Amino acid sequence: MELTNDWYLLLSVAMFVIGAVGLLVRRNPLVMFMCVELMLNAVNITFVSLGTELNDVSGQIAVFFVLVVAAVEVVVGLALVVAINRHRADATADDISVLRG
Amino acid sequence: MLAQTVAPIPSEVVPPNYSLAGLSPLIVLAAGALVLIMFRSVMKRLPEPVERIATIAVGPVTVAVAWVVAGLVGNAMPLTGLRSDIGTPAFVVLAAVVLAVAGLLVSTMRVRFDAIFTAGTALVALAAIAELWRDHLWQGYYRADWSAIAGTGDRPEGLAGNPVGAIGDQFSFDGFTLVVAGVIVSAVALCALLFDEYLRREGIDGPEIYVLMMLSAAGGVVMAGAGDLIVLFLGLETLSIPVYVMAASHVRRSESLEAGLKYFVLGAFSSAFLLYGMALVYGATGSLNLGEIQSYLATVVILDDAMLLAGLAMLLVGLGFKVAAVPFHAWTPDVYQGAPTPVVAFMASAVKVAGFAALVRVFVVTFGQYRLDWQPAILALAVLTLLVGAVLAIVQRDVKRMLAYSSISHAGFILVGVHAAATTARGTAAVVFYLAAYAFMVIGTFGVLTVVSGRGDRRTSLDDLNGLGARRPVLALVLTIFLLAQAGVPLTTGFVAKFEVIGAAVDARSFWPAVVAMVSAVVSAFLYLRIVLSVYVGSPAEDSETSAEARPERVHPAASLAIGIALAITVGFGLFPGPIDRLALEAIPQLFAI
Repeated sequence: MELTNDWYLLLSVAMFVIGAVGLLVRRNPLVMFMCVELMLNAVNITFVSLGTELNDVSGQIAVFFVLVVAAVEVVVGLALVVAINRHRADATADDISVLRG
Repeated sequence: MLAQTVAPIPSEVVPPNYSLAGLSPLIVLAAGALVLIMFRSVMKRLPEPVERIATIAVGPVTVAVAWVVAGLVGNAMPLTGLRSDIGTPAFVVLAAVVLAVAGLLVSTMRVRFDAIFTAGTALVALAAIAELWRDHLWQGYYRADWSAIAGTGDRPEGLAGNPVGAIGDQFSFDGFTLVVAGVIVSAVALCALLFDEYLRREGIDGPEIYVLMMLSAAGGVVMAGAGDLIVLFLGLETLSIPVYVMAASHVRRSESLEAGLKYFVLGAFSSAFLLYGMALVYGATGSLNLGEIQSYLATVVILDDAMLLAGLAMLLVGLGFKVAAVPFHAWTPDVYQGAPTPVVAFMASAVKVAGFAALVRVFVVTFGQYRLDWQPAILALAVLTLLVGAVLAIVQRDVKRMLAYSSISHAGFILVGVHAAATTARGTAAVVFYLAAYAFMVIGTFGVLTVVSGRGDRRTSLDDLNGLGARRPVLALVLTIFLLAQAGVPLTTGFVAKFEVIGAAVDARSFWPAVVAMVSAVVSAFLYLRIVLSVYVGSPAEDSETSAEARPERVHPAASLAIGIALAITVGFGLFPGPIDRLALEAIPQLFAI
């Protein structure tokens, strides 16, 4: 079977959906961050495959920016988790819900 | 197999045109952040007298630096003209008086070094933006066809100057960028003064929050002038990531941490959607550059536009999260309630302004060709946002939550403006006017709340405001004015802003969004009046805490200055909206093309 560009796009859609659903259903903050990473990497696959299809280099360049931003986001997210765990160990997203109404 | 050829790098790489003048607001903000963090990491704690002198020195230094920066940025403007007067006695006397007044003003404000440094940096950036704006207007006046309208008194067509590329076509600025950037840096200046009051009360020391705020504002400016989807994304992240940290900055309060985490998770979720939208738009149009996308869509008819429409939908979801449009608003009440109140003031002003700037630039300008496809989606968001925001605000018991829902319903108003902007230029002007007016109203409102909410932001429920009118009559009056302005009572900018949006919607012949907006305004008026009622009529709960704070100390001068400026703008431009109106009319978003 020939691997056309569409398969890469389908793969990225699947990854994006898995990430989005995972973020919504999982309660562990770390797993939620992983799901965000999954979504961003799905975007990267889309960028690369579309850039290859269009024979245009800017799709590949975009990936670098996305990678950097994803790393920065995780740094901030982990710092937040650490700060919260100082207050209470084993906090899941359900425990962190003083604010509601 | 995929084609193995890698895209060739263009044989002649044209270096982009840089314009340092156009980058000056960014340079000033970034340099300010860098200097502050470096200075304070070298000197953790200054000796008291040195800190005092350094603080007072910030006033005159700000004025001097602003003057120099404005002169470097401007081309043929009065400030530059003054340069020939250097050395004349009149100039020396004037300069001495101005510098002395600046120093005196700072010393009466009794403010910490970090706060006044941030406010000073923002003022320098504002001076640079004002000079760019003047250049922009002059360029427009030269180009305008005055002969065609001689004697009619109408505004000539094509009054706005051309957009100017600051880094090639990646980051350019036009009137729209400049006005949005001006609002953002003004918000930084006012919020810095509010932070001073807040951090002092909470016993937090350190420059981090100010540095984060300046970096975030720089991201907002990048967003306002982005000429490329990737630059837009970078600006959005530079804007958002510091705000996640700012929301969680009160690390001893678990509410603040929770707000930070919630904002972070949903923010990351939304930027993933935004990016996926960008990737799909890239696939459909073959470019990430806004100008190229616009001209591609104008010249090519895409037969199978499913990918483009999916991309547009994803972009709308991503930006909808940022501006808190229903149904992407779920984070707003929690984050507004939990985050430190001055941070909320910054989020509701600067972040919202930047989000809407991106929305206008991407949808109205770049995808104007596709407006028949995206207008219904924006309309649905606008109507939902207006109704849900107004109705859910009423059932809240916490004032910060109420104001969060009210900010959602304001976002609905602005979305009605964005919807109209696709068909009439008046819509864009209405959006700009509303954003400018709302930024100052909301900073003022949350400024008053910062002062009255007490240590740890604990006293923010509606009952805590009971009897405020008797305890602190002036603050109560100011809060009332801001709330009435948000409700859209005449003689305030809130009224003019709502009037402009509804006028633009009528101009665009979209009558029923205008009707929904008006109904929602009536419903939310009930909410504001409910707060006012509890301020003046409600009897204070007689618990120990309230009686202990029955005679609170005076409001800190820095915070009262910030609230006073917001009040002056809200009422002053409410009485005489002309200047902001002209500003909004001339703030036309355009795309820079090489």
